[in-house]
Amino acid sequence: MRRERTPAPLLVPATLAVAFLVLPLAGLLVRTPWTQLGTLLTAPGVGQALRLSLLSATLATAVSVVLGVPLAWVLARSRARGRAVLRALVTVPLVLPPVVGGVALFLVLGRQGIVGSWLAGTTGVTIPFTTAAVVIAETFVAMPFLVISVEGALRAADARYEDAAATLGADRWTTFRRVTLPLVAPGVAAGAVLCWARALGEFGATITFAGNFPGTTQTMPLAVYLALQRDPQAAIVLSLVLLLVSVATLLLLRDRWLGRGGAAG
Amino acid sequence: MRSGRVLAALAAAVLTAAGCGGGDDGAAASTAEASPGGPTGTVTVFAAASLTDVFTDLGQRLEDDHDGLTVQFNFAGSSALATQLTQGAPADVFASANGTQMAVVTDAGLADGEPAVFTANVLQIAVPAGNPAGVTGLADFGREDLTLAVCAPEVPCGAAAEDVFAAAGVTARPDTQEEDVRAALTKVELGEVDAALVYATDVVAAGDAVEGIAFPEAEDAVTDYPLCTLAAAPNPDGARAFVDLVRSAEGQQALEAAGFRAP
Amino acid sequence: MSLQAHVVVRRGTLPVDVGLEVADGEVLAVLGPNGAGKSTLLRVLAGLLPPDGGRVAVDGRPWDDVAAGVHLPAHRRPLGMVFQDHLLFPHLSVLDNVAFGPRTRGASRAAARRAAAGWLDRVGLADLGARRPGQLSGGQAQRAALARALVGDPALLLLDEPLSALDARTRLAVRAELRRHLAEFGGSTVLVTHDPVDATALADRVLVVEDGAVVQAGTPADVARHPRTDYVARLVGLSLLPGTGEGLTVRLAGGGTVAVAEPAAGPVLVAIRPESVALYPSRPAGSPRNAWPARVAGATPHGSTVRCELDGEVPLLADVTATAFAELGLAPGSPVWAVVKASEVTVYAR
Repeated sequence: MRRERTPAPLLVPATLAVAFLVLPLAGLLVRTPWTQLGTLLTAPGVGQALRLSLLSATLATAVSVVLGVPLAWVLARSRARGRAVLRALVTVPLVLPPVVGGVALFLVLGRQGIVGSWLAGTTGVTIPFTTAAVVIAETFVAMPFLVISVEGALRAADARYEDAAATLGADRWTTFRRVTLPLVAPGVAAGAVLCWARALGEFGATITFAGNFPGTTQTMPLAVYLALQRDPQAAIVLSLVLLLVSVATLLLLRDRWLGRGGAAG
Repeated sequence: MRSGRVLAALAAAVLTAAGCGGGDDGAAASTAEASPGGPTGTVTVFAAASLTDVFTDLGQRLEDDHDGLTVQFNFAGSSALATQLTQGAPADVFASANGTQMAVVTDAGLADGEPAVFTANVLQIAVPAGNPAGVTGLADFGREDLTLAVCAPEVPCGAAAEDVFAAAGVTARPDTQEEDVRAALTKVELGEVDAALVYATDVVAAGDAVEGIAFPEAEDAVTDYPLCTLAAAPNPDGARAFVDLVRSAEGQQALEAAGFRAP
Repeated sequence: MSLQAHVVVRRGTLPVDVGLEVADGEVLAVLGPNGAGKSTLLRVLAGLLPPDGGRVAVDGRPWDDVAAGVHLPAHRRPLGMVFQDHLLFPHLSVLDNVAFGPRTRGASRAAARRAAAGWLDRVGLADLGARRPGQLSGGQAQRAALARALVGDPALLLLDEPLSALDARTRLAVRAELRRHLAEFGGSTVLVTHDPVDATALADRVLVVEDGAVVQAGTPADVARHPRTDYVARLVGLSLLPGTGEGLTVRLAGGGTVAVAEPAAGPVLVAIRPESVALYPSRPAGSPRNAWPARVAGATPHGSTVRCELDGEVPLLADVTATAFAELGLAPGSPVWAVVKASEVTVYAR
């Protein structure tokens, strides 16, 4: 009954899309060396890389929320000139090949970089090849996802609630904190999830700017890539672990955050 | 003074390589120029990424010598190439940067006859131009105060680096294990690391931004490059012509100019 | 005089230039069609939109004075505002919605909640404080919004179409309640509406705004009796005909004449109530002085009567009983004669 109501011009491409997205995943599952799973998983580097991945992706998401939500507000609400240019600049990391992004980070934050050399000169701190560099690289690549979703949510939110708050004595900051932010919370959550997922899978900018060293900068995608050079079977297992952990996390969070979406309407 | 020494070492390395490769050993009958009714069509060569410049040059020469012959290249990491070949990619020649990936291909029964080692590569220490950190030898890779890059043990140059460190008794303290030579070199070029352990050929290819320092322990981990024609080659004549050119005196000279040395 | 304002806005599609004064305890209704500039005026009074010219002062204190460079932002103005669709914050409980104002203005959480609970009680929502706005009916939500606007004891209360989103029955109840609270409110109130019933029921005075300017001001009864524009006349259900008084006859601007009971001179407006118009299938005998041929352009049932729109030299509205409508066999397009007694015609200077 229900199938009759889904028009074929939608059903056929939708089915193809599902197949396109799910089949590579199925391939991964089929080729997983299940018998070696135990040994591969308990290999010392795996837990370390997984922990580092989760930690750095979570930190990158936190940084993105703290910096990205205000940026989204500026893009959505301020009437400042040059906003269009700003928005275009924000999306640059989306189109930039991540490896180039990594090089760009070097040019600014590397020890020979514009800011980095000053930092190294005054405090002796160098950023590349540290866990902080992993977080920075992931933030650079992933924050635009958050900014764009939150800006969309802000634009969709009814700005008259902010007027109402103003007539109740709330200045713009109080309004933002107590009215705007709660109203767009589902959008922030969705953006944070997207950001986290992107950070978790980040490879190019990380390996370029942070390098690859087990325990400090080797995240799961790096471990997967290098395993692929020597032992494709191990690479499949590592990919599977990354996949399962991220899917489990997202499912858990979805019930908490995205479950109650319609209230803001 | 320091850079003078580096240059001297570099020159010595080049001269040594040239000296060793000077002989015309192993050059099979060079039929390429002789046969008027030689190979035609397209010959497809799968070659390790480090061979890009030399092979492109040699391919051009082969095309110049043979009307109607086109040489097509697929340059990538040896393991990626081996994977592609075992997955059925059509090719005439496979040139690997290590024996392991060549073994993947021969074990799959894809090679035509025994592969032969046609050239070799050794490690060098790459430092930014001017060698600001004053790196002199392999022992500097044990220094805590330097920012150092090596290749990840999973990739060939990393495996070679481990061998060299083991043989020299140096406990390396790298800050990063790069996914390939190119990534390591980029960090040297940007001045973000004080030194990286890479192949001599990579130092040559990197140009003026990078200086190479040869070191004696490199002899403990010489990387041999094997090459074979493939059993299922669509153009066996073209394949043979290309292999012959690579192994000829002319081919060996070109390889040496790029930093390779005779096997 | 508690609120004195002269508001000039030049930006946007419609320029606005409106002056108004509202005393303490007084309710001023701003009546006008959509797009007349009512909302712009209200936004300026609220401080949400800085005016391009003029002055807004409350209790003698300037809130806006363009010449002097004074602009008090909305959140610094002691005012309360009720919006058309209540705009209660969906993520806060009803109690916290009402407590929002006191909180932002510095009250402790406990004091704010106490004040909020008191006001919820006054608007009859004492039991619903824990609910979310989404769980309230339209009438309850609008009462909560009123409590939210009044809880801080503001100097100025702004009501933006507060009843127009409600269904007819709820509207009656909320209007009655609003009337009670407005009577108790000591500050000035400005009510924006396009419903003359709201204006009549709630306001002490009415300001009619069209195309960004005041076209009429007065008590609701006065405005209803003597509308100055077609818009108001139509609102209050009168036919309005401009003309020139010539003693007991008015020569209409659109053609034809009207006999009146009181002598008139110069430019005048003639107002005729629909129930004063009688319809005949042919020219009635006895030659009444006001009889015009017309054609039925439209007919709308109104309870037991039918309101007919008449097209002709003298356009009129006419109310006839449903029975008469049927007996006359009227339908759109039917030719009729419209007859009005001179004593039923109101005439006043333009």
